[in-house]
Amino acid sequence: MVGGFRWAAMFPDEVWEHVFSFLPADADRNAAALVCRAWYRLERRSRWRVFVGNCYAVEPAAAVRRFPEVRAAAIKGKPHFADFNLVPSDWGGGAEAWVEAMAEGWPHLEELRLKRMVVSDDCLELIARCFKNFKVLSLVSCEGFSTAGLAAIAANCRYLRELDLHENEVEDNCLHWMSHFPESCTSLVTLNIACLEGEVNVSVLERLIGRCPNLKTLRLNHSVPLERLVGLLHRAPQLVDLGTGKYAAQHHPELFSRLESAIAGCKNLKGLSGFWEAGPTFLPAIYSVCEGLTSLNLSYATIQGPELIKLISRCKNLQRLWVMDLIEDEGLIAVAASCKLLQELRVFPSDPYGAAQPISLTEHGLVAISAGCPMLHSVLYFCRQMTNAALLTVAKNCPNFTCFRLCIMEPHTPDYITRQPLDAGFSAIVESCKHLRRLSLSGLLTDLVFKSIGASANRLEMLSVAFAGDGDAGLHYILSGCKNLRKLEIRDCPFGDKPLLDNAAKLETMRSLWMSSCSVTLGACRQLARKMPLLNVEVINERKRGLPLELQPDNCPVEKLYIYRTVAGPRSDTPSCVWILR
Amino acid sequence: MSPPLEHDYIGLSEFHCPAAAAANAGGGGAEDGALNLKDTELRLGLPGSEPAERKDEVGLTLGLLPKVFVSGAKRGFSDAIDGAGKWGLTAGRGGSEVEGGKGGALFSPRGENGGGGLLPGHGNAGKDVVAKAAGQERKAAAQVGNSAGSDRGVAPAAKAQVVGWPPIRSYRKNTMATNPSKNKDDADGKQGLGCLYVKVSMDGAPYLRKVDLKTYNNYNEFSVALEKMFSGFTIGQCGSHGIPSRDGLSESRLIDLLSGSEYVLTYEDKDGDWMLVGDVPWEMFIDSCRRLRIMKGSDAIGLAPRAMEKCKNRN
Repeated sequence: MVGGFRWAAMFPDEVWEHVFSFLPADADRNAAALVCRAWYRLERRSRWRVFVGNCYAVEPAAAVRRFPEVRAAAIKGKPHFADFNLVPSDWGGGAEAWVEAMAEGWPHLEELRLKRMVVSDDCLELIARCFKNFKVLSLVSCEGFSTAGLAAIAANCRYLRELDLHENEVEDNCLHWMSHFPESCTSLVTLNIACLEGEVNVSVLERLIGRCPNLKTLRLNHSVPLERLVGLLHRAPQLVDLGTGKYAAQHHPELFSRLESAIAGCKNLKGLSGFWEAGPTFLPAIYSVCEGLTSLNLSYATIQGPELIKLISRCKNLQRLWVMDLIEDEGLIAVAASCKLLQELRVFPSDPYGAAQPISLTEHGLVAISAGCPMLHSVLYFCRQMTNAALLTVAKNCPNFTCFRLCIMEPHTPDYITRQPLDAGFSAIVESCKHLRRLSLSGLLTDLVFKSIGASANRLEMLSVAFAGDGDAGLHYILSGCKNLRKLEIRDCPFGDKPLLDNAAKLETMRSLWMSSCSVTLGACRQLARKMPLLNVEVINERKRGLPLELQPDNCPVEKLYIYRTVAGPRSDTPSCVWILR
Repeated sequence: MSPPLEHDYIGLSEFHCPAAAAANAGGGGAEDGALNLKDTELRLGLPGSEPAERKDEVGLTLGLLPKVFVSGAKRGFSDAIDGAGKWGLTAGRGGSEVEGGKGGALFSPRGENGGGGLLPGHGNAGKDVVAKAAGQERKAAAQVGNSAGSDRGVAPAAKAQVVGWPPIRSYRKNTMATNPSKNKDDADGKQGLGCLYVKVSMDGAPYLRKVDLKTYNNYNEFSVALEKMFSGFTIGQCGSHGIPSRDGLSESRLIDLLSGSEYVLTYEDKDGDWMLVGDVPWEMFIDSCRRLRIMKGSDAIGLAPRAMEKCKNRN
């Protein structure tokens, strides 16, 4: 066997690159790059897709330098809890540094996907100007830009295939941004503008989609009236995924039949969403396509149970269902009977802050689904009551869960029948579901549940914990177990310094740790930062009273803590409420 | 294993240093040593604009009137209170501002200080609030609400919302709030997310924010949350990191900025008119407010007179 790296020279570089092209997964490529310097060199030149899970984990310039041939980049910014307003609005996650570095080093970039980042109009303009071959822009949960920036994209990206704007906060200052798509733009495959709040010029939109024969996904915003949907569908009968605009209008039999036939004309329709302000009147217009649907998102439609049942019972091939809790247990029982191919269910609360709760969505619905849908593997369920028995049943019925997120809306809610903590139930879930990758806990929980999770959840990658645990032991169980844990986010739990310091090394194997309203002190964070130079230990203190953080004593409590591994050192764009300890 | 910490839903159990001190100082005058409660009072007025009655009231001055306005006097929020009479304010209770995180809501329990109380004529309410503020924000809210009785035009505090719980994305909350379903049986009733999101823009800030007006019970809480939200943007203008605060509890760059550089908080109402925030009772405000804008004082000239007229027309 030839020693050292010489064996790599047995084949010319092109052969190795060809071999590597069969390794699309980052993990495999990363592993290959570690084999020897030759492979590192070869692999880096042939990687064309990068995923940066934490925008601060690496310097943009360094990433661009290492992989000079990248065509597709995906970058994530703020921690997940930013979705729930727990992260200060000025925390960071700005996209400029990345976009500038990419404009410099990746002129051939074709795809850019950003999540939870602050993207300015300047960024969008830079993208529009610098990437001659730009094809895909996907912005998810971002903010900081306006329709003026979108106009620049529309005007300049001649080969644009996907404009996917998902749940962003977009300022409306350019009403006619869509008119900036030139007549020569015929390449659109995906156009998702559902999150835009402003008016859309539907005639311009009609002309645009009329000249894009490959359009597969069209998601409108709520300003598009139902009457105009008909015209749009006539121009794009090849659609596979449709997000309606406003799904309500004055009842008019003629409108109904036109709508019904327009929808029926979309023979390839697999996904439906939107349904803003939907009522029972126009729902039946989609009955004709229900059989073919694999994805149905009714989570913004406050339609009542009976109508939902009538609709969903027709969707025999449904794989993904997002719905409001108005479906109630009865509706879920109907789903369990009809949708045998269901893989993913999300039930959202229609009235999360309501005092009186007339909605009958309980643990029974969840159990029914688990019993009736053998392919179910992903659940997000908001409810108000739960029992250990129900969870045990669910665990038994669905050993294939990959994602289980249960949110019992009142913190510290015990099993409502036995008044016990829900430790046994969640333990059953992690013990039964060997492929569980994501878990969110809720209800009354002691350290015992963490013991089970630490011991059994070997594939767990992301764990969300709130209002749970008794003390340090809980956190210690997690950090000393859960071999594959990447992201841990904790709020309002009595976890303190000791488990953090005892498990410091673990933190370097994870992408990030978020802890807010726990019992961590500044002293521990300082120790951690000193001990682990490859971690950024960010202390977020919004109250700003008294001394600046550098002068605070070690026993000063830390409000919010965000720790992440990085090779970039401390970032330079921290706002005043964030301190990076070194 | 450490004893379970008592955590209220906002996780504030550890941070109530002011409460204990305040409970002791409640009886004393504002001039008392340890804790100068008067200085913790949250104000956005011009420095020096302290009409005598402010010593007795929890005042909140939101926005300054340019001199164009009527009597030429700077009409703070407290003046608006006097004028409108009926509706009251709850004093900022420690931690009761739930949106925007912990602390910052400076409460100025008046006790017998100057004979005022939280509300004119409710001298004891102040002490009650002080005593109970430590870790029991929700009860305090209810008690203040109860003790004030029917005088207060403000509805009793809704169950205090914990920040970010239940974990529903802001996008979803915003969307449900702005796109109410029309097939509810009772419009105000069971359905709806119980939130009222409006956009807030600030002149010069890179992007705008959204706030849920339903999470605040009064202008006081609201202004505190706004400060938090926008202080990040005003930092650049105020220079160094450490602006010395009067007593360590009231440092807020936005307050300083608002008093120093004449930003005015305005809102667009149902009719599309731009009005100054603070002119109308809180309930009326959240009913008619469609969006907010923190604008430079110079742009706000001429807003005030319209507000007064509208008020008259309504009544």
